[in-house]
Amino acid sequence: MAKTIREINEKIRKGQAVVVDAEEIIDLVAQKGAKKAAAEVDVVTTGTFGPMCSSGAFLNSGHTKPRAKFSKVWLNDVNAYAGLAAVDFYIGATELPDKDPDNSVFPGRFVYGGAHVIEDLVAGKEVEFKATAYGTDCYPRKEVRSWITLANLNQAVLTNPRNAYQNYNVAVNRDGKRVIYTYMGVLQPGIANANYCSAGQLSPLLNDPLYRTIGIGTRIFLGGGVGYVWWEGTQHAPAVQRLPNGAPQVPAGTLAVCGDLKQMNTQWLRGVSLVGYGVSLGVGIGIPMPVLDEDVIKHCAVSDADLVAPIVDYSTDYPNCIPGNLGYVSYKELKSGSITINGKKVPTAGLSSYKKAKEIATILKEWIRKGEFLLSEPVASIPTPESGQKCKPFVEKPIL
Amino acid sequence: MASEKLVLNFPRGIVREPVVYRLVKDYDLRVNIMRASISPDEAGHMVVEISGDKRKLEAGRKYIESVGVTWQPLSKDVHWRQDRCVHCTACVSVCPTSALSVKRPEMVVQFDEDKCIGCELCIPVCGYAAVEIQF
Ligand code: SF4
Ligand code: SF4
Repeated sequence: MAKTIREINEKIRKGQAVVVDAEEIIDLVAQKGAKKAAAEVDVVTTGTFGPMCSSGAFLNSGHTKPRAKFSKVWLNDVNAYAGLAAVDFYIGATELPDKDPDNSVFPGRFVYGGAHVIEDLVAGKEVEFKATAYGTDCYPRKEVRSWITLANLNQAVLTNPRNAYQNYNVAVNRDGKRVIYTYMGVLQPGIANANYCSAGQLSPLLNDPLYRTIGIGTRIFLGGGVGYVWWEGTQHAPAVQRLPNGAPQVPAGTLAVCGDLKQMNTQWLRGVSLVGYGVSLGVGIGIPMPVLDEDVIKHCAVSDADLVAPIVDYSTDYPNCIPGNLGYVSYKELKSGSITINGKKVPTAGLSSYKKAKEIATILKEWIRKGEFLLSEPVASIPTPESGQKCKPFVEKPIL
Repeated sequence: MASEKLVLNFPRGIVREPVVYRLVKDYDLRVNIMRASISPDEAGHMVVEISGDKRKLEAGRKYIESVGVTWQPLSKDVHWRQDRCVHCTACVSVCPTSALSVKRPEMVVQFDEDKCIGCELCIPVCGYAAVEIQF
């Protein structure tokens, strides 16, 4: 029995929708079968929380008196991009303060950056604002220094070009001696530890592996508020090797998302300092899956045992774009605390928080149950595996 | 007589070096092992209280370094800020004593202060500044 989003929303409005999360659905489908479960359940909620570097926020400060057309903007000494209209600027998550020692004393600590500015704004803290301008007849002011707060901004829109990666590498360090510091954490030599970064069975795009229900315009949980999918994410690469259940074996789909920063909460939006690497933003995302039919629910019933990730060497292979991997492991194995690589037991650790992913899926479930959050019909789909779209490398043409 | 509490970090492969024996025998030091987690194929850690003549203590530390064992003073007050922890589990695989551990299958991270040896290995690994040292 097929359902439409409109019918599901009708039930949500009446407070009658049956909503479960992507963990609960696993047992439900195992007990009742997909057909019965699809008839009973209306929405399955997913969640993920992890460092998502391709994030940032568009801010509009309002006009100063006299007016200024900012050419350079700093927030707590972190440079924000001001190449937009007069008082619009974008604070990128990975941007560092001008005087940050970065990796000059290796490994750098990266204690503060754009992501922390975003966290401070969301926390309601005052942020030091500095701007310079060259001055025009209509915008004469050349310098501004002030404290600003999120509440005083006109708009603050978290606008992330690439989030919610569908699957990710398991990072190891095959080097014999050198400890390496990566965006996947600190990796000990001789494959002494392995770090992964996905919520697995709760992860949004692993529950909709072929992008059937998630598309442009999908309403989501973002950083504690309501957000939307605005495009396919950058590097969206649907045409990759997949398991029979449709799940990609390697990193594949991504989403571009946005939402009102003023609704967000530091529980779901956190600055991250990755030693030796840089700053990132910990982002919480939850996406509801409308149970349109049996096919949707079968995909939602996927468990950690049915999902795999590739083991990738970050000492030589990843930095040099050498294809291939050291094999695949399931998320069930990854979450057990250790995996076996070349016959050796290797401890695993996550970067993505399963606990927070579950909390997000639970909050979203409550919002929908209470009738506070309606599902949206995507206005367009994002490229599917049939599109053949892959992630292209940089094409270098030497400048002579 | 001087005395100090040290955390010794043994890289993989040199756990067979009889470090404690030599400190006692060759450097005339008293070594009290407070805690140890060492196994043949993995990097290991040992918390020791060493006492003896000041100069011999220094020589003993030099010897430890010469065989590739790094050390740092035992700093006690490692604080786990539950309010800042996101339960990513990144610290769990580096914590040598399982003071930081994860409850499965919920994947909830816990901290047992009594097991912590103050080795500080978790500090750079935690991206959310959820483990702090208080001097
Ligand atoms: S300092 Fe950190 S890594 Fe070391 S024992 Fe304590 S909790 Fe574990
Ligand atoms: S690394 Fe930090 S945030 Fe992650 S589980 Fe450990 S203490 Fe918590």
